[in-house]
Amino acid sequence: MNALRVSGRFGVGMMGLLLASVLFGEVQAADGSASLLATMWKWAPLIGQGFLLNILISVVAMTLGTVAGLGLGLGQMSPIWPLRHAAQIVTQFFRNAPWLVLLFYCILLLPYEMRLGGLVVAMPAWIKATVGLALPVMGNVSEIVRGGVQALPPAQWDSAEALAFNRRQTLWMVILPQAIKPMLPPWMNLYAVLIMATPLVSVVGVEEAMTLTRFALSAENRSELLLPMYLALLIAFFAYCYPIARWTARLERRFAVKL
Amino acid sequence: MLDTIAERPAPAAVASARPAAAPAVMLANVRKSFGSTRVLNGVTLSVKRGDVTCVIGPSGSGKSTLLRCINALTPVDAGTVVVEGIAVHDPALDKLALRRRVGMVFQQYNLFPHKTALENVMMAPIHVLQEDREEVEARAVALLTKIRLLDKAHCYPGALSGGQQQRVAIARSLAMRPTIMLFDEVTAALDPVMVKEVLSTIRDLAEEGITCILVTHEMGFAREVADQVCFTDHGIVVEEGPPEMIFTQPEDPRTRDFLGHVTF
Ligand SMILES: Nc1ncnc2c1ncn2[C@@H]1O[C@H](COP(=O)(O)OP(=O)(O)OP(=O)(O)O)[C@@H](O)[C@H]1O
Ligand SMILES: [Mg+2]
Repeated sequence: MNALRVSGRFGVGMMGLLLASVLFGEVQAADGSASLLATMWKWAPLIGQGFLLNILISVVAMTLGTVAGLGLGLGQMSPIWPLRHAAQIVTQFFRNAPWLVLLFYCILLLPYEMRLGGLVVAMPAWIKATVGLALPVMGNVSEIVRGGVQALPPAQWDSAEALAFNRRQTLWMVILPQAIKPMLPPWMNLYAVLIMATPLVSVVGVEEAMTLTRFALSAENRSELLLPMYLALLIAFFAYCYPIARWTARLERRFAVKL
Repeated sequence: MLDTIAERPAPAAVASARPAAAPAVMLANVRKSFGSTRVLNGVTLSVKRGDVTCVIGPSGSGKSTLLRCINALTPVDAGTVVVEGIAVHDPALDKLALRRRVGMVFQQYNLFPHKTALENVMMAPIHVLQEDREEVEARAVALLTKIRLLDKAHCYPGALSGGQQQRVAIARSLAMRPTIMLFDEVTAALDPVMVKEVLSTIRDLAEEGITCILVTHEMGFAREVADQVCFTDHGIVVEEGPPEMIFTQPEDPRTRDFLGHVTF
């Protein structure tokens, strides 16, 4: 809670800094060139579109990573030991690999298009990058699932098994519905980390907010724009993540009381 | 390993050769260790159909483990466990078929907290036995009426008292229409009034002819209701017999010592 209030103030501080840097830039700017604010305003729609791509990438990567991570997490608890060990190894690998390296691998290894039966699906760079980001999400979700399930009292397994539920029924009807609540806060934290990692895809040429900011800066070629433009980008990310963080904290508090 | 399997009668043979008065539950030389801890050291016990058997003994003597071996929640290391003609020790055991016939209730109730009392009772018959929902609901309502908790049907377990939760847990097991019920210290976490409620529910079951095996510290109940009392210590059944015998003239000094320490 305290941390949140502090980061709220931090947001206001960043705004102040932005204004200051713009004002400072205006003073510095050579006479005759357009005002900094006007220039930034001119680029805002394009960079805003890029930011939407960041959000899209994060949502798709989170969805893919969550579905795959759920499977992997359940695999980690499988009674079949080869499956269990394989799932554990895969989880540890993707959790502990640098995101940027995974991203490069996906860009390099995934084909330009994929054939699904007779259908040819194009794989543009942003899709490959999204898959690249989904992999570490998968590894982390897998651990969140395992943690959430193992935090439940083993007695819940006992009573489900004693009622002749099979393993699948036990998982889907008894265990997972109870494990979702404690899994939600870490899962939302992971999403915040993921959206913050989306500018990584700029290094592989995806035209998201970061790439477009750099593009605008080089097009304008004015050094006094550098600070305010990147600050504006920071503020955009902050404005998107802060409500999520607040919500996560609220859920965390609520579940902490209940459990 | 091989010869122990060879010694065991095949499940089919057990089922067909079962005489009319075969015990509902039969354990012979059952052994179980957790790592280096030997918990059951050759338990032998036989429970007649329709009887109430109370298992008593000091903490850590393996009472819970013994019960869990009967419905295969805990696999045995060696020995024979036959329940209603099903060879439970057989590695090829169909656990689900066994557990459809054997209900179990635990000390901590273990109701499903995300389901209402009624849903808790209805879940297994609907999803495990795949019975008609309306039929199951009628049965569940009848069960909740019997334990006098129909007014709490739509409450979540968190809103029920311990005794009420425990009675719902019993109803949940009964909804599967088991022929055998296992109770593991089901009154241990309850206050005296609730203990009475739960014990009277169990007494009703016994009168209906369901075979009941209880691990309990309620010596008064054991004395009054049990057909057989069985004293365990250090992973063996030290002594068993009708309650009047165990409680008034126990033969084994360990039984005497234990009973000397409990209050009635
Ligand atoms: N899953 C397990 N893993 C390891 N040790 C176990 C396990 N279950 C039981 N034990 C051990 O086996 C011994 C007997 O346990 P059990 O629960 O059967 O005793 P009990 O007679 O039911 O005791 P209580 O009256 O305290 O419930 C204990 O020492 C316990 O620590
Ligand atoms: Mg016990």
